[in-house]
This record gives sequence, C-alpha cells and structure tokens, in this order.
Amino acid sequence: MYKLWVSTYKEFLLLIRDIGGLAILFIMPLVLLITITLIQNNTFKTLKDSKIPILLVDNDQGSVSEQINNGLTSTNAFEVIKKSSEQEAKELVFKGVYQLAIVIPENLSLDLELKVTENVDGILAKFGLEEELDSNVPKAVKKKEVRLYFDPATQQSFKSSVKNGIDKVISGIEIQSIYKAFEAQLTEESSEEPIFATDSFISFKEIVPESAQNAIPNASQHNIPAWALFAIFFIILPLSINMVKEKSQGTFVRLRTNPVSYATVLGGKTIVYLGVCLTQFILMLLVGLYLFPIISLPEIDVTGKLPMLLVVASFAGLAAIGLGLLLGTVFKTHEQSAPFGATLVVILAALGGVWVPVFAMPNFMQVLSNVSPMNWGLNAFYDVFLRNVGFVEIIPEITLLFLFFIITTTIAILYNEKKNAV
Amino acid sequence: MITINQLSKKYKGAENYAVSNIDLVIDDQEIFGLLGPNGAGKTTLISMLSSLIKPTEGSFSINELTYKKDKNKLKQIIGIVPQEYALYPSLTAYENLLYLGSMYGLKGSKLKSLIKKHIEILGLTDFLDKKILHFSGGMKRRVNLIGSILHEPKYLFLDEPTVGVDVQSKNVIINHLKQLNANGTTIIYTSHHLNEAEHFCTRVGIIDHGKLVCKGRPSELILQQDGARNLEEVFIAQTGKELRDYV
Repeated sequence: MYKLWVSTYKEFLLLIRDIGGLAILFIMPLVLLITITLIQNNTFKTLKDSKIPILLVDNDQGSVSEQINNGLTSTNAFEVIKKSSEQEAKELVFKGVYQLAIVIPENLSLDLELKVTENVDGILAKFGLEEELDSNVPKAVKKKEVRLYFDPATQQSFKSSVKNGIDKVISGIEIQSIYKAFEAQLTEESSEEPIFATDSFISFKEIVPESAQNAIPNASQHNIPAWALFAIFFIILPLSINMVKEKSQGTFVRLRTNPVSYATVLGGKTIVYLGVCLTQFILMLLVGLYLFPIISLPEIDVTGKLPMLLVVASFAGLAAIGLGLLLGTVFKTHEQSAPFGATLVVILAALGGVWVPVFAMPNFMQVLSNVSPMNWGLNAFYDVFLRNVGFVEIIPEITLLFLFFIITTTIAILYNEKKNAV
Repeated sequence: MITINQLSKKYKGAENYAVSNIDLVIDDQEIFGLLGPNGAGKTTLISMLSSLIKPTEGSFSINELTYKKDKNKLKQIIGIVPQEYALYPSLTAYENLLYLGSMYGLKGSKLKSLIKKHIEILGLTDFLDKKILHFSGGMKRRVNLIGSILHEPKYLFLDEPTVGVDVQSKNVIINHLKQLNANGTTIIYTSHHLNEAEHFCTRVGIIDHGKLVCKGRPSELILQQDGARNLEEVFIAQTGKELRDYV
C-alpha cells in the first residue's frame, strides 16, 4: 500500500511538472467542447433563428410563386434574395456565394390552376355534377419543373432537408389549389363561406417523458456528455506516451529491478489519471454551467444528477485508463503509441456514436458499436443527463466499462510478465 | 556468493550467442570487473544477473537465491546501477531518491537519513532540491548510483558507472564504491576504463564474443601475459586490435 501511495505521488509530481502537458490535458478538451457546442448550437439556430440567404428566380410572377416565396420566408430558415436571371443565380451558387438557388418556371401559377381545374372538372363530371366541360381547358398541361441549384460543397443532409422543405411548401400549394378549385365549382360566386377546412388535419406532437419534462435536452446537454467522454478517452495518449517515455529514459528498467509489482506501478498511474479524468469532467460541467450562458449557449442542468454523472465519468475514466495502460505496456516508442492512440480514440468515438448517432449507422456498424466502450459511456451519460434514469439503469453500462478496465489492465500485466519473465 | 553455470544468451533473430557458456564464481565482498570490447556481452551478462533479461541456457544463483524461486528476496539484496541515468528529469534529486528508496520499502526518517548520508558523501547536498534535468552528466551519474544503494544491497551491479564523467566525479564514485565494498557489498561492474579497473577491482574477467577468455587478479593477469605491463596490454593481447563495430 505504501509503495502504491509513493507511486501515485510520483505520478502526480510528474504530471504537475509538465505544464504544457497539463494545459493540453485540461484546456484543449474545453476548447473542443466550446467550439463544437458553438458550431452545433449555431446550426440549430440556423434552422430556427438566423437565416440562410438563398436565391429565388421567379419566372412565374404569379400567385404560386408568391406562395412559395411566402412559404420559404415563413419557415424563418431562409432569407430569400430575388434574382431575375437563372444563369446569374446558377453561377453565384456554383461559385459557392450562395448555397441554393430556386428557379420557378414560367406560367407555373397559370398552368397549375389549369391542371387542377382540369382534374376537378373531370372528377365532378364523373359524378354528374358538371353540366359541360369547359372547352377552353387544354387536355394535357405540361408538367412543371422547379429547378434547384446547390453549391457543390453543400452537404447531402442539408440538400435533403431543403428538398423536403420545398416539397412540403409546393404540396401545400397544390392541395390548397385543389380545395379552391372544388370550392369555386361547388359554391355560388357570391358566397364567402368556405366549404372546406383547408388546415392540415393531421398534426405532430412530441411527447416528452414525464421524468424529462423539466429538462428538455438542448445542444449543451447533448454535447457535454459526448465531448467529455471524448476528452476522457484522450487520456490514452498522455498516459501511454508517459509510459513509453519511462522506457526510453531507463526508469522503467530500474523499476523492473526493484521489488515492486507491475500492478503497483500501474495502480499509481491509474489513481492519478482517474483524478485527471474527473477534473476534466468537472471543468466541462463548470463551463456548461457558468461559461455557456455568458457566450449565449444554452446552460446545462445538473440538478440532482451530479453524483451519478461523476460515477459514470469515473467508470468511463477507468476504461480509458485501462486502454492507455495496455498501449503504454505494448508499445516501445512514442512514434508507435501517439498515432495509434489518437487514431484509436477517433475510431472508438465514431463507433460509440459521438459524431453520428448509432441508430443512423449501417447495420454492421451498429453491431460493431456495441463493442466500443465509448458507446457504453455515452449511453450511460445520456441515461443520466437526458433520460433521467436511476442508478439501477446505468449498472449494465458501468459494469461493462469496469470489466473493460479490468480486462485491459490484466492483459497489460500479463503481457509485461511474459515479456520480462526471468 | 554469485555462482554462474554455463550461462548463455542468444537474442531472437541473432546468429550468434551474445553470451556463451559462462562459468564463474564471484565471492562475497569481491570487486569483480567485467571487461571487454563493445558488443562482447558484458551488459547482457549483467542484465541476466539483474533479472532484466532471461538466459537462453544455464543458470545462476546469488547468495543461493534464484529469480525463479526467490524473486522478491533476491531483488531486495541486489542493487543495479544501469548504464542509462534512469532518473525522472522533472523531479528533483531528493524526489527521485525518495521514490527509488520507497520502492525497496524504505520510509520515513530512515530513508531521509540514508539519502542525506549518500548525498553528502557524493557531494550533492547543495543540489538536493534541484531538478535532474539541470544536472551535469557527472551529477546524474552520482544520483543514479545513490538510487541503487539506498537499500544497502549485498550485491551491487554497475554497468559502466563512470562513463562520460569528469575525473573529479569518477574519483568520488570510485571512492564511495570502495567504501561500500569495505562495508560488505560485493561489486560487479563493467567498464571500458582499464586503468580504473586495474586499480579498483580485486578480480577481473575479460569477455570477448560472449565467452569469458580469462579471469583473475589484475596483477596475476599482467604477469601471465608475455610482455604486458598493464591490464590494457593484457586486454589487447586477449581481444586483438580489430574494431568491434556491431549493430
């Protein structure tokens, strides 16, 4: 026990004497958290508060194009800038000045009205309600095409989202036109009473779990667990590099000749780096609580959750430390441990659902994500932060994290025993 | 007593043995010098005796203890001064020694007084609270030595303990080692400084190509070698003049 305490104290001294390393350990994760949350929060705001400037070429100049314009404007997502030339709009978008241009074809309003009237008349005639078809209505109105130009650098998800939005606006206009055409045919001209309720019959309502009703998750509450976990796992790098450095300095050779077990040596490192993980996590929470509101980011709510959050952070930290100890034991040079460790953390983060939610991954990757300790940690954090569950519900995840620590550390000890057996 | 029987080591992928069939007995309280050109097998032999590498063949015992049976007991009675400084540069000399001594179970006032004693003898009192990274090569060598003798080992292995140090540091180190030996420590050391070994060692063994080519008191070896006036001439006669570059 005394040797463990002294080893811990030595690790602590080594850590605090490396000011640059400390800055990287504590400041970089905070910078990462603030940057990502600002970006994600801004993306969220882009869709809600701020507006994306888009170009609209209105070759129709009719009621439909006006409704499209109104529809786009009313979403609060876009600032519509009108252009008269399709060619100019196209060039501006393809140069990346604007993300999107919408080109409304000529006579869209007129042709839509004709088409709808034609269809309505046809239907009414079938029911014997129309005495005679208007001979002026052409038999086949040509289909119309609203052209969209996207900046080639625009992401697919944004394209899909915009296409869906425009499709929804146009569908609404078509439905309204049909209703109006029926109304025009079935009511007397002088009547102002509408015969149809044209509002959407089906609406959506999000049901929030009772336990989470007071804490609807915001960008900060989504980001802090994910990026805190990412930072916790980045402990793998300094830890494994520190161990490799001991080998190159010769201190590891000396330790091997001392009457001290490898488990004790690793124990000292585990205690200190667990402290680092928890400090990192607490700093992130403090940033979420006190700095985020100052920089106009949503504040996090940790009321009643702090003990459980620290439990999850501790077990996630242990899992990360176990992996770091294993890499530090196996690798011989800094050149091996640093790139491998960094890449491994990024892979584990991707698999764990830090960047893309697990449900959105291909089936194979979803199965694979189950073996990422970051996935277990992230689920445990979301359980506590967003799903407001009790301690019992997080036991499976923290057990997996602890088992991961035990297994990786045991492999490290066995590997060292085998490699250095005399 | 250290008893070595047919001890051999062949590294993975190597064509030749680094150490081949060494038989040697080193009595208690001897100062035994392992001499040899670069790549002769000195460090490999001392590393096997220090439990750092596993022998391929043969066996050895130290004070009738073996690593297989009495690993921790054995580690407690030996001290190893590695060729590298093997110190934490960002820690002070005191912090390094406190840690290294604690790993042998030393603690409290006993450990502190041992550190103070050795630090004073080796002339480092004024630098106890300075970080190792600011130390000169000679100062690091001296701290390196103290880190291995705090627990007062019965057997001390030193791998080139005076390499790269000035004459003053070398004298302080050698005198301290002589004092330790006088107090009962058996010393086994490797060196390229043949003049130093001639005067310091009670016996020497010359190793070449992994084999022990001769052993004995320096004065006896000089007498036995035709025309040799000192240990260096014995060494040249036994190992030749060709360069020993190896990778």
